[in-house]
Amino acid sequence: MPKKNECIAMLLAGGQGSRLGVLTNNIAKPAVPYGGKYRIIDFPLSNCVNSGIYTVGILTQYQPLELNDYIGNGHPWDLDRAQGGVHILSPYQQIKGTQWYKGTANAIYQNINFIERYSPEYVAILSGDHIYKMDYSKMLQYHKDKDAACTIAMLEVPWEEASRFGLMFVDEDGAITDFEEKPKNPRSNKASMGVYMFTWEKLRRYLIEDEKREDSSNDFGKDVIPYMHKAGEKMYAFPFSGYWKDVGTIDSLWEANLDLLNPKANIDLSDSSWKIYGRSPVTSPQYVSNDAVLQNSIVAEGCTIEGSIEYSILFSNVNVEKGAVVEYSIVMPGTTIKSGAVVQYAIVAENAVIGRDALIGENPQKTGDIKEWGVTVVGNGVKVGDKARVKAKSMISDDVKEGDAV
Amino acid sequence: MRANDVLGLIYSNSHDACISELTARRTMGSVPFGGRYRLIDFVLSGFVNCGMSKVGVITNRNFRSLMDHLGSGRPWDLSRKRDGLFMLPPFNLGEADGNGDRIGSLNRIMDFISGSSQEYILICDTNTIYNMDFSELFDFHTQRGADITVVTKYGKLPGLKNTMVFDCDENGLVKSVAISPKTDNEVLYSINTILMRKSLLERLIGDAESFSYESFEKSIIQKNLSRFNICCFKLSGFCGTVDSLVSYFNINMELLSLKVKRNLFNEDRPIFTKIRNDMPVIYGLGCKVSDSLISDGCIIEGTVERCVLSRGVRIGKGAVVKNCILMQDTYVGDNCELSYVITDKSVVITPQKALRGVKTYPIYIGKSIII
Repeated sequence: MPKKNECIAMLLAGGQGSRLGVLTNNIAKPAVPYGGKYRIIDFPLSNCVNSGIYTVGILTQYQPLELNDYIGNGHPWDLDRAQGGVHILSPYQQIKGTQWYKGTANAIYQNINFIERYSPEYVAILSGDHIYKMDYSKMLQYHKDKDAACTIAMLEVPWEEASRFGLMFVDEDGAITDFEEKPKNPRSNKASMGVYMFTWEKLRRYLIEDEKREDSSNDFGKDVIPYMHKAGEKMYAFPFSGYWKDVGTIDSLWEANLDLLNPKANIDLSDSSWKIYGRSPVTSPQYVSNDAVLQNSIVAEGCTIEGSIEYSILFSNVNVEKGAVVEYSIVMPGTTIKSGAVVQYAIVAENAVIGRDALIGENPQKTGDIKEWGVTVVGNGVKVGDKARVKAKSMISDDVKEGDAV
Repeated sequence: MRANDVLGLIYSNSHDACISELTARRTMGSVPFGGRYRLIDFVLSGFVNCGMSKVGVITNRNFRSLMDHLGSGRPWDLSRKRDGLFMLPPFNLGEADGNGDRIGSLNRIMDFISGSSQEYILICDTNTIYNMDFSELFDFHTQRGADITVVTKYGKLPGLKNTMVFDCDENGLVKSVAISPKTDNEVLYSINTILMRKSLLERLIGDAESFSYESFEKSIIQKNLSRFNICCFKLSGFCGTVDSLVSYFNINMELLSLKVKRNLFNEDRPIFTKIRNDMPVIYGLGCKVSDSLISDGCIIEGTVERCVLSRGVRIGKGAVVKNCILMQDTYVGDNCELSYVITDKSVVITPQKALRGVKTYPIYIGKSIII
């Protein structure tokens, strides 16, 4: 029988992330690369270990192969433990039949047995698609101080963006008085970050009740939390200030990467007191040649840089040949950009090859109609032929022949 | 010969004295090299890449940093239930000179050697940097029917004590051995990577002990030329032997050639090392970087030319760093000027300082010194 844990974390990582298009054709959203050497899931996982939570269940459903492989035994996060550690929880066959995870709450419901093994007093519910650094132990302390049934991490967002979030109304004590899900005319700018701390005894009860209700979509945000609130449970909002970004769309993924280059964005990954851990590739140091130009960029190990790189993020083992230009772009591991190619305002996925003198993406200031502009995406393993052109906002998963334009 | 039938032994203190500045507080094996590595990573990764599964690391002194680096051997996949990585510290510090004394070191670990199930033994030093496919050596040894095979390199003789120089026939059979002869010509010299059967080594070390032989090179190799079939395996590809601070500097700089870099770091035989979980390199606005090797965790805002930077190095605004090797977490303040400087770990150079060494005599700045 495992040892009793005060607090364990359940990490929701089953989402497809369909808005990321070709980037999530073969991998789940939490496994999408970010920041030159990380994957999105490294953030909640590192937050857990940095906060002293050493038992983490990862709920997977969509394309789990790469994610499972990446997590492995959890060693990169110090989560390969005799007691607790990291566990991948996929849907499984039960005596009553087999069910996929119907919603976020149902995913936890189906794993009540896993949670009970550790007899925790508190359970943190996290999602695998946010970039942020947060000390969950402070949130737990707040939760205990308030004697709450549920505490939701809260971030004040700019008013003009508030309508994109689930919003909360909070009294002077921090208690949540009301919720509003993505309203057209927001009356609050206090957004839920999708980070929840529950008292397990309460959550367990509400999960079981939620499962019984036929009209429920078994979702935390839509069903369980409003239901708990209606039932009069003590719900508190834990104020968080700092960098937080949902990377659910191509634009937000691109922005969140470039935020690393913006000193005003308040996300510093070089802070040794709150390291972000991940599985590091085995590769050599990066080589920067005589012809290279590097300005305001992040470049990972194993790269060979002979071209010009500005305002970009390059993952490991990327080759940028002489005369190639990369600007305002994200280039994922193993990709080669041949001489004379220009990649701008683009996300190029893993192991792609961009041919000589090819043109990927466009500068928004040089585009005729700004409404037609968008970040260009080149999918995993795609080969773009010499002199080919991939326009702004294009998203490609098939090879492009020499000289073609898509 | 199956690779997992070969026991690997590494002398981590080999020729410590030739770079006494860098080994004052560490072993030769744990000297930082090429930005993100320690010297021992090269042979250790070579062992693992060819399929060897048991490695003993012989340490005589100053081995704390080495133990910290190797840990349980996990980055090399040597943290295992069966076989794996074994640290072999001395029983008695007093008798170890940490430099030569190969026979004594081997004699002290005879229990470990005899208790291993492997039939062959491969012994290596750590002051030579190369990435070889050891299975070629095993095939060579079997094909030649050799009793002892020594890995050799053709080139200028390194300035080290007790280096064997061979004269051999076209099949690699050794005809004669000279020990550190005085010569400026290119010769076939040993890099002290030696393969033989375990039973033979046990016998030779036993004999050496009873006859009080002291020199491995003289009493075991030179003396037994007629008795045994001793062969030379010629190493092709990159090979750099550290014999002084200048050669250490030059070999680091040789990595700046893409040809050398691709030879030493190839995909088939990756070099493993301890992971530090730094973030990738950040290049600031206004930085100028050319012809350099840069490791994760560096933040560069100044000018860097022909340098090898280890993990976590910071170069301030307006600083100009040329022809330098800066080890882990070196901090170079704004507007500093450095050329031909080697800084050890965690050196801090406060703003506006200028330090200039010369190619044949780079300045060395010791660990954690603040200038």
